[in-house]
Amino acid sequence: MTGVVISAPAPLALNSGPAPLAGQAGAVGKVLAVTSGKGGVGKTFFSANLAAALAKRGRRVVVLDADLGLANLDVVLNLHPNVTLHDVFTGKARLEDAITQAPGGFWALLAGSGMVEYSRLNTDMRNEFARIVTALATQFDVVLLDTGAGISDVVLFTISLANQVLVVATPEPTSLTDAYATIKVLAMQQGRREVRLVVNQTSRVGDGRAITTQLQQVLNRFVVNAPGKAPGQAMKIIHMGDIPADPAVRQAVMRRQLLLQMLPGCQASLAVAQIAAKLEEVTVAK
Amino acid sequence: MSINLLNLYQTSPKSGTEKPDLKLVTQPLSTAQVDLQTLQLGDARALLGHGGAASTPLDGESQTAYLQRVIDLLCDLSLKDPLTGLANRRHFLAVLERELSILARSGESTLLLLLDIDHFKRVNDTYGHPVGDKVLQAVAACLRSCVRPKDTVVRYGGEEFAVVLPDCHVTFGMVIAERMREMIQAMSVAVSPGVTITITMSIGGSYAPHVAGSRSAAWIELSDKELYRAKTNGRNRVCIDQPLLVEVSPEEKNQLFVDFSQNDSRWGGSFYGELTGDASNTIEAPASDPTHGGGQQDRPANNRENVR
Repeated sequence: MTGVVISAPAPLALNSGPAPLAGQAGAVGKVLAVTSGKGGVGKTFFSANLAAALAKRGRRVVVLDADLGLANLDVVLNLHPNVTLHDVFTGKARLEDAITQAPGGFWALLAGSGMVEYSRLNTDMRNEFARIVTALATQFDVVLLDTGAGISDVVLFTISLANQVLVVATPEPTSLTDAYATIKVLAMQQGRREVRLVVNQTSRVGDGRAITTQLQQVLNRFVVNAPGKAPGQAMKIIHMGDIPADPAVRQAVMRRQLLLQMLPGCQASLAVAQIAAKLEEVTVAK
Repeated sequence: MSINLLNLYQTSPKSGTEKPDLKLVTQPLSTAQVDLQTLQLGDARALLGHGGAASTPLDGESQTAYLQRVIDLLCDLSLKDPLTGLANRRHFLAVLERELSILARSGESTLLLLLDIDHFKRVNDTYGHPVGDKVLQAVAACLRSCVRPKDTVVRYGGEEFAVVLPDCHVTFGMVIAERMREMIQAMSVAVSPGVTITITMSIGGSYAPHVAGSRSAAWIELSDKELYRAKTNGRNRVCIDQPLLVEVSPEEKNQLFVDFSQNDSRWGGSFYGELTGDASNTIEAPASDPTHGGGQQDRPANNRENVR
């Protein structure tokens, strides 16, 4: 053969994949990515309990464990399904068979241990992932994508499938720096115009609001009004609420129960319920 | 001599309705001969040039090898721009698709440059189209000399060219494009005895998008926007949509926290001390003490009183 370099065009090349959900201006925000930058700030805890709170409000909710490398939604929910997202990706199972009923009245799509090998996504996997999310969006009122920590291409790709982004942070310098970096990437790379911030483990009333204001100010100074950037590249951080530091949270996590089921009246549970109500108000179609 | 491909069209001897057995299909079942006399190779030979390499089998060349050679030459032909010998638009689009799928796996950055000769119409109008063609050929040779073997130089159409540079770090793209611009500017093309002309090019570029559902058309559009920018900014320049290396500078970091420790008395100036101090002060600590379950949610968990 001569040096003919046309590779066989992949049948699932990028131009044949499902339409990306990102950037659908005015679309109902039914696909929500929960991300954090830093790990260990309670992202998965929040995703699971937010799902329960939304389910309590009568929404059909599914949580997709998109932390493909280090999935742990199964640990938080104490679920061990036979069929996982991994089986769907490898074509061993249908999507509907991998959707597991979780405690708290919502559904979960767990990653499965085989997903460890997918620390990077190839085109086919991206298309499959997008197809799954699109399919879930037609079946559920709310799709929560529980992303991994960091701002790897897998995390950024997962977020690009969502029409709303929730950033979870704690009032620690490291968490705030990573949350800020995440928000900055989303503004600059994905052209996002808003993210929603949840501040976990706050110790004083008003912490979350102060942090939001601070993040917004730095963002305005260094990203929005950065030299060389076209004006109007606004990125708004919307403060969704605080979850107060509450010893009950750790107890629930250790017992592998949902906080909203174990202690629905505790401060942290009430805070999550409040965030769910607020979220529903602004993002979920009535 | 059997041609394997032909076997694909033969039904399996077992049955015509069963799923074809792949093993059987890929093994040569037939000894069918291809008769070159009955194949309509006239057009192909004409395309490849009468009397050229493809006109007849070489001495000792099997019919399969000859046919393969004709096919390869035709493939080459269908991917090349006849005037400049560069990749044509068909080849270009295939390369872009391949790059998008490769870099989805590798995560590397691939640069797409679109280059347009400035005021090319004047060359054609002043010196005639044969000179215009000569300029296009000179530009093609110059661009090819600027890139690595794995890069693809394309005649995109008219006086517009494209270069695909795989594995091109975002800090180098501008340098490479700038070098091309300078080389083109420095080049002189002899149009007639004693007459040479010089030309310039405007260059626009962008790196492959890494966002879900990216399409090659969107990538071309990004580069095209940059080319337009180079044109409207005065031509003979490079504009690249520089991807943003997202970093949080020390200055940003400082400003993220400064107000908590200085302006907000509630933080008591001990913001860092509280949170970076004893790990047992953080939320996890009280759980080891069962008396804290649920009863003290309104009290800060990192209050020192909670730790005994």
